[in-house]
Amino acid sequence: MKRFPYLSLFFVLLCVRCAPAVTTTTAPKPRTLNVFAAASLTDAFTEIDEKFEAANPGITVTFNFAGSQALRTQIEEGAPADIFASANQKEMDTLITGAFIAQDVSQFFLTNKLVVILPADNPAALEKLEDLAKPGIKLVIAADEVPVGRYARQTLDQMNGPFGSNFKDKVLANVVSNEDNVKQVVAKVQLGEADAGIVYTSDAVAAPDLKTIEIPAELNMIAKYPIAPLANSANADLAATFIDYVLSSEGQAILQKWGFAPTK
Amino acid sequence: MKKVKQFFSLFLNDGHLTWLFILPSALLLALFVLPLFAVFLRAIDVNFFQNAFSAQAIKALQLSLLTSSVTTMITILLGTPFAYILARWSFRFKSWVELFIDLPIVLPPSVAGLALLIAFGRRGLFGSVLSVLGISLPFTSAAVVLAQTFVAAPLYMRSARIGFAHIEKQLEEAARVEGANQWQLFYEVMFPLAGRALFSGAILTWTRALGEFGATILFAGNLEGVTQTMPMAIYLGFERNLGIALALSVVLVIVSVFLLMLTRRLEKQGQD
Repeated sequence: MKRFPYLSLFFVLLCVRCAPAVTTTTAPKPRTLNVFAAASLTDAFTEIDEKFEAANPGITVTFNFAGSQALRTQIEEGAPADIFASANQKEMDTLITGAFIAQDVSQFFLTNKLVVILPADNPAALEKLEDLAKPGIKLVIAADEVPVGRYARQTLDQMNGPFGSNFKDKVLANVVSNEDNVKQVVAKVQLGEADAGIVYTSDAVAAPDLKTIEIPAELNMIAKYPIAPLANSANADLAATFIDYVLSSEGQAILQKWGFAPTK
Repeated sequence: MKKVKQFFSLFLNDGHLTWLFILPSALLLALFVLPLFAVFLRAIDVNFFQNAFSAQAIKALQLSLLTSSVTTMITILLGTPFAYILARWSFRFKSWVELFIDLPIVLPPSVAGLALLIAFGRRGLFGSVLSVLGISLPFTSAAVVLAQTFVAAPLYMRSARIGFAHIEKQLEEAARVEGANQWQLFYEVMFPLAGRALFSGAILTWTRALGEFGATILFAGNLEGVTQTMPMAIYLGFERNLGIALALSVVLVIVSVFLLMLTRRLEKQGQD
């Protein structure tokens, strides 16, 4: 029983401490914008955010970078996102069908394409695309459900034309791991654990220490990235400001610097 | 002030006091039970068996059972003598050795996976030594076993150490007087006496190995039939086919419940 006076004293002190803080604040209320973005956007969006936050004091942008398919699932299960930037239209469509995103608000903001990356010292001595079918090399790609994994399989389909009808099967037989997002693929190649990986050109720009093998345009896939605000976002105004900035010439310049191409 | 006292005194007669115990317990129990209940509820539909017996699920189940069994066998073979040493011998730096054995229990599995990759990966600290021997660990089922052993073996070590330590010194001395050598002492006296502790430790290690995820995905990667264990299939299924993920979760929960019941039974028998 003796303790209770102290306890109430504690509460009184607590109230005394917080009361003025609440009433005397004059600066605009700090706000947070939750952006769920494809893992491939990690470097570009981080730089865009620096500029955006400098131009908009009091606003903090919090990113959740992961495979677009993982982000889509998180949003479906109720994660609090304000903006969704996907590496393919499929995940965006799923969210539009589920009414998480309104019709007609999604717009393409950049394109990306694929490239083969190799560790700097190229341990398997790969020189051309055909070498991907060399038996025994360790190839790492993203899983089929990850956008870049899907694009990679599609571009291998294209290569069946010039390199022989079972080229894709031979290459897929060399896959030692199906990673969960594109940055995991880059990491495995950077560590030298894999002999090659198939990623976006933007990832190769972000990892200049890696060697690359270009994929010619007629065999390559064009990945179009859509961006949209979430229908039940409590920060619709902020979301619009951020998307406008991404689409502005300033935002587009940053994206191009990181190896993305404009949508035209 | 008086009102505050009155408010708290509400709880202080015995009838209400019991709620001070029951309410927090109920909250925590709900946290443990409700999510599993939800998984069962959502998993059990017309497609449950189709999902649970899909090719991907079966492959993951087989791989999980195989790797976790190998992990448990390796743990018993190497961990039993080690636990015996720690329980019955005294030597310098023993407390340090014990610390390093307990460390994997508290370490995040992602740290374990990264550390294994940096040590035994192709470019790792010991990677060049391994490659001379023609061994490349990452992306293989062996890497899965290594990751599981790193994370799960300490549980067996703990149980075995306690089991050996509880054996009375007199028994050891009596066996010595009878002329038993070190091996006979271990195999004919200590091993049977600590048997129950060893067995329950082995089951704990097996259960933990079945559930290993974080270290495996970093060190072993993800390939169906080679490195894609059940927890990995659940994680990726979450993004593609929730049905398979839920069905596999149910299977894993049932297996874990069964194994835990077995250990509890053994512990009870040990007390009688």
